[in-house]
Amino acid sequence: MDLFSEYGTILIIMAAMFGLFMAWGVGANDVANAMGTSVGSKALTIKQAICIAMVFEFAGAYLAGGEVTSTIRKGIVDSDVFSDQPDLLVFGMLSALLAAGTWLLIASVMGWPVSTTHSIVGAIVGFAAVGVSNDAVNWDKVSTIVASWVVSPVMAGTISFAIFRSVQRLILIHDNPFERAKKYAPMYMFAVGFLMAMVTLLKGLKHVFKDVGITLSFGENALVAVGFGILVTMLGTYLLTKVERDVSKEEDNRFYNVEKVFAVLMIFTACSMAFAHGSNDVANAVGPLAAVVSVVNSGGDIAAKSSMPSWILLLGGAGIVFGLATYGYKVMGTIGRKITELTPSRGFAAELGAAATVVLASGTGLPISTTHTLVGAVLGVGLARGIGALNLRMVGAIFLSWVVTLPAGAALSIVFFFFFKGVFG
Amino acid sequence: MDFSNPISNLFGKSPIRPLQEHMSLVVSCAKQLEPFFDAVITDKWDNASEVFDLIVENEQQADRLKKEFRLSMPKSLFMPMSRGDLLSILAQQDEIANTTKDVCGIVLGREMNIPTVLQTDFIGYIKSAIETCEKALKAINELDELLETGFSGQEVKFVKKLIRELDAQEQKVDKKERKLRHRLFKIEADIPPVNVMFLYSTIDNIGAIADTAERVGNRLELLLAK
Repeated sequence: MDLFSEYGTILIIMAAMFGLFMAWGVGANDVANAMGTSVGSKALTIKQAICIAMVFEFAGAYLAGGEVTSTIRKGIVDSDVFSDQPDLLVFGMLSALLAAGTWLLIASVMGWPVSTTHSIVGAIVGFAAVGVSNDAVNWDKVSTIVASWVVSPVMAGTISFAIFRSVQRLILIHDNPFERAKKYAPMYMFAVGFLMAMVTLLKGLKHVFKDVGITLSFGENALVAVGFGILVTMLGTYLLTKVERDVSKEEDNRFYNVEKVFAVLMIFTACSMAFAHGSNDVANAVGPLAAVVSVVNSGGDIAAKSSMPSWILLLGGAGIVFGLATYGYKVMGTIGRKITELTPSRGFAAELGAAATVVLASGTGLPISTTHTLVGAVLGVGLARGIGALNLRMVGAIFLSWVVTLPAGAALSIVFFFFFKGVFG
Repeated sequence: MDFSNPISNLFGKSPIRPLQEHMSLVVSCAKQLEPFFDAVITDKWDNASEVFDLIVENEQQADRLKKEFRLSMPKSLFMPMSRGDLLSILAQQDEIANTTKDVCGIVLGREMNIPTVLQTDFIGYIKSAIETCEKALKAINELDELLETGFSGQEVKFVKKLIRELDAQEQKVDKKERKLRHRLFKIEADIPPVNVMFLYSTIDNIGAIADTAERVGNRLELLLAK
């Protein structure tokens, strides 16, 4: 196609810039949400949280982010409809990125709790349904995604509730909570390690293994995951030996030392949270970019099986790190100061519940909102009578942001779509 | 640009610490009863007046805390304990400071004399009442630990024990009150009637302080009931 040979480079550069803008937004706002609980419960300093975020966001995006990226890239739209008009897909993805990025900026300034995921999905559906045709949207997939937005917070809440209840039953209600905490903490560490490894192996590394000619059965995967879990547990147990009981502090707060044990545990859940976030949310910026690049590079062949160039993931990772470094650390500090009531034992339960849900969703390729999932998880801990005070107005605000974000993202995307179509078409 | 943030907005201010602060302020107000009546017994009205100023200041500060507390508890707050129970604990706590101020105000205003034969018992009675308040404070200070355990297990047993101790202490105060009243009754004919009336009412009010402290504990017990 002429368009791609003539303007191909410009289109890719534009897509890269919009993708970077979007990734910056994710890094500036979203990562802080995911990691804020760790900072707030004083398990990590802001610096440590940022270091963990940089490493594990990237690892999550690279190792387990493939499924979600491919959903954003080609799951929401029906590629058959675009096969003889690939230019529309390119314009659409460009406008979706720009629309979602713009909407996020507006929402952030206004202080609305919107989700990057909801914005990008709304934007993609918008340009496809209105700009092209109703058939261009894969409605089955979209309804699954929308359903997952309801299911994920509920699921995270349920898991967190169960985890926190187990902490109460196993540790807190007993006479010697400190010894019991040391005894049972490795169990939770194993769960973290096993879960992350399992999803990575089953979904993320599947393609890598296929390329080098290794196929593992489910059982073998499980075995490797168990091994990884044991490795994490050993590392954790080593860190736990360094936690010493300071009896003098127990006079004021009997659980002072128990919380020190949970603070160690929280290092692990923070890693898993960053990993989960990377596996799900980086796709929001990277998915549309990947779609544009693949269409332009193949000269308009939508169906062409092209693997995603690694520079795209790198760009996504870099954008997030950039967002963290320029603005995210500030947001993290604000959150940290505001949620001091959250103790490590609660923060751990909430993070683990949220991370498990997000990682599972990433494994099935469902783009969900990490922030909303975390809110669900925190409410779950609250239902177990674990948090001093929760502001339920926030739940209403999130619900409202849903109702607004989808049409707003869609409308902006439609406007940009016709603009690009007019300029290049 | 200051972004408001969903996660940080989700967390409200926990009512527990302010409630504890209020209680400790109220109890330090009640503790002034001892130096106050020491000064009254030794006829040092200047000293008594100084202590009274301190009491008034404490009481006003407690009032401010109370208002702040109420304003920071909108209905949309989701807490592990009922809002009504918390507010009624707060009201009882505040009552301790109010009664303390009232008792001392009247004693100071009328420059009341405590009959010499009653003085030792009277001071002992006040000390017991203060101890009741301190026991109530101790129970309230367990609220954060209660939250930590999700209101279950050993911690609940521990708080129940504290509340039993509080009840026992209040009964001791009751006993001392009866004894003191009886001794006053024996000598009341020798004292001007109006003074006698006020002595009785002072004794009553100090008993009321201990009663209120016990009620703080009882309201706390309500939080333990699931």
